[in-house]
Amino acid sequence: MTDHMMTPRTAPVDPRDRGGPAQPMLIVDGMKKYFPIRAGVFNRKVAEVKAVDDVSFYVVKGETLGIVGESGCGKSTLARLLMHLIEKDAGELILDGDLVGGSTGVLLDGLRRALQMVFQDSSSSLNPRLPIEQSVAYGPKVQGASGKSAKAQARSLMEKVGLNPNLFGQRYPHELSGGQKQRVNIARALALAPRLLILDEAVSALDKSVEAQVLNLLGDIKKQLNLTYIFISHDLHVVRYISDRVMVMYLGQLVEIGPADQIYEAPKHPYTQALLACRLSMDPEARVDAAPLAGDPPSPVSPPSGCRFHTRCAFVEDVCKAKTPKLGDVLKLSADKHLAACHMVHPDSGHSRAPAHATAA
Amino acid sequence: MNAMTSPDLSQATPHPAPFLRVEDLRVKFVSRDATVRAVNGISFNLERGKVLCVIGESGSGKSVMMRSLLRLHPKKRTVIEGTMMVGEHDIGAVSDRAMTQLRGSLISMVFQEPMTALDPLYTVGDQIAETVRRHEGLSKEAAWARALELLELVRVPSPERRLKAYPHELSGGLRQRAVIAMALSCRPSLLLADEPTTALDASVQIQILVLLRKIQQEMGMSMIFVTHDLGVAAQIADQVAVMYAGRIIEYGNARDVLLNPQHPYTKAMLAATAKDQDRNLPLEAIAGNPPDLRALPDGCSFAPRCKYAGPDCIVTMPPPVTDIRGHMARCFKVEAADGPLAFDERVAEPA
Ligand SMILES: Nc1ncnc2c1ncn2[C@@H]1O[C@H](COP(=O)(O)OP(=O)(O)OP(=O)(O)O)[C@@H](O)[C@H]1O
Ligand SMILES: Nc1ncnc2c1ncn2[C@@H]1O[C@H](COP(=O)(O)OP(=O)(O)OP(=O)(O)O)[C@@H](O)[C@H]1O
Ligand code: SF4
Ligand SMILES: [Mg+2]
Ligand SMILES: [Mg+2]
Repeated sequence: MTDHMMTPRTAPVDPRDRGGPAQPMLIVDGMKKYFPIRAGVFNRKVAEVKAVDDVSFYVVKGETLGIVGESGCGKSTLARLLMHLIEKDAGELILDGDLVGGSTGVLLDGLRRALQMVFQDSSSSLNPRLPIEQSVAYGPKVQGASGKSAKAQARSLMEKVGLNPNLFGQRYPHELSGGQKQRVNIARALALAPRLLILDEAVSALDKSVEAQVLNLLGDIKKQLNLTYIFISHDLHVVRYISDRVMVMYLGQLVEIGPADQIYEAPKHPYTQALLACRLSMDPEARVDAAPLAGDPPSPVSPPSGCRFHTRCAFVEDVCKAKTPKLGDVLKLSADKHLAACHMVHPDSGHSRAPAHATAA
Repeated sequence: MNAMTSPDLSQATPHPAPFLRVEDLRVKFVSRDATVRAVNGISFNLERGKVLCVIGESGSGKSVMMRSLLRLHPKKRTVIEGTMMVGEHDIGAVSDRAMTQLRGSLISMVFQEPMTALDPLYTVGDQIAETVRRHEGLSKEAAWARALELLELVRVPSPERRLKAYPHELSGGLRQRAVIAMALSCRPSLLLADEPTTALDASVQIQILVLLRKIQQEMGMSMIFVTHDLGVAAQIADQVAVMYAGRIIEYGNARDVLLNPQHPYTKAMLAATAKDQDRNLPLEAIAGNPPDLRALPDGCSFAPRCKYAGPDCIVTMPPPVTDIRGHMARCFKVEAADGPLAFDERVAEPA
């Protein structure tokens, strides 16, 4: 891997680094999760939901990797797999050079400390019987901080996420608005001093001005605390703003990955193109009466053959139904690599729009 | 017609009364140590078949206002003042039993957090069928058939299979469609949608917005739609109300408010969006914090954060200024002398 090593934009040396600044924070190789569907009196497995189906990528230290894709395409499942909140069916996770799990790998404890997640559903992740200051102080306490120092830390974190501890510290979750609760969740995740923060729709419940504050906050604490982010969101504007690279998922698979500006300015995959066309105009007179991405997403239980997008693609040809398009060597490190799993971008794939001969990938 | 006119409208108006009329609504939560003033005098009208989008800061009282229309606040600790007329029903005055009947059939709500609207222990089909049975007294089979029809209405793929699914087995988008189906199950005249597309990806969001707009028009249903996404407001709203600290501080036709905002808060909010911003620069977030609703300032509640604020602003709450098009803003710097609202850009001299 070393000869293709990218120069990280910022490579601050962190004493917690085990693999050096150029070692990716996380390498995900061939991740799979199939949820069984059970039925009948014996509760037998009758089928499987292929929620995450052979996904590979890496996240370099200090970068923000955005993940976008249709509802149900497996983003949250992928996040929960990375957090080891659910069992994977296949795949490997390499955290800062160390294989997670197995006999020689890092222990789950270490992983859980290094990775923290802010969830999509802001209300269900807070303890309803705990005032929020105590909720935030809980993490540091578990890690051995004294009551007093945990409290001080909690109050400073609340300040950091824009909640005045004097006003809000003693309130219970039900006394907060959705946006206020989500800021508490971010404070709680930060309390454990993680290396990599997975933000799953973390700002989508916030109004625009608080969203701007929280995005600025995420930018600041990222520098201060030397963090790496995986940022999952359906807000395509926000993802572009915050991400260095973006990966696009469709029906359990990665279909396109590359630098944010390239994905937004020159999307290669027809799904990415359709998704970007779904961005809403600010002018009520530029309303759309039909959704740009027509048709229903196919079932992840029995995904379409070949390219999974072929049932909705405007450029579909026979080869698309017959052959699964390759993404390319997604684990080869390179800062400006832009890959798409579509027959149209791969030379000699048999698609009439494919380039005639190989160009450097 | 004009949403902000004086209370005397009922006497002289040549127009039919609006379907929904909210007049000086105030909601406070009282506890031993504080009173939280969440809604502080909201007035607006909504005609049958129209969509009002409510946007505004987190904590500005959008959800509290919506819950008031359904009388969902804990009775003991909540003080609600003002008038809420939905059709001929005076929401403040009807009995608890009547209110239970009105919920779902007259007014229905899609909640901000879809998981709380669905019971994790029952299948989606059971829950929709149960709602229909309770309200319309259908047989089990008929209710189940109606549930299937409703899932088809909101375009859930493979609806038969989804009826038998538990909420946690559905992705966010499908769950929200199921919730919308449930809200529509008794053909309400007024749908309250509290950020119904927030958890959805862009492609499904647009589908749901197109779908909701279509169903809303077909059913002649009025809708109040809370969102913090200005693009969503542009897609669905006839009128837009901007809330700040429990008040509507700007109101008007969608185009006027979104493309020609006049209140400094609306302007600042529009400038703060991440759309097409340089990632190397911080966003133009609005400085400061929203006011403490337990101790609201006397003047304009936005004054402490407003870059245009002058000495007047902290003394009294600015009254609504409305132009001929019905575009309203509550700001001392806004005038409607001749025609449309105009904002005086000059930053006030320090007093
Ligand atoms: N516990 C489960 N059992 C069965 N199927 C599941 C389970 N959890 C998720 N799924 C299915 O796996 C697929 C991926 O779901 P996931 O929640 O990861 O999607 P997502 O991309 O996060 O969607 P959204 O944008 O709506 O949050 C969906 O088809 C979903 O129905
Ligand atoms: N039952 C309650 N008791 C005390 N305070 C409450 C209660 N419910 C809401 N509040 C407060 O009232 C204010 C308005 O809350 P509301 O939920 O209406 O905000 P919102 O505008 O919907 O915000 P968001 O966009 O974050 O959903 C908030 O400051 C909230 O903390
Ligand atoms: S009234 Fe004054 S403080 Fe309030 S918004 Fe207008 S200019 Fe700003
Ligand atoms: Mg998700
Ligand atoms: Mg709300």
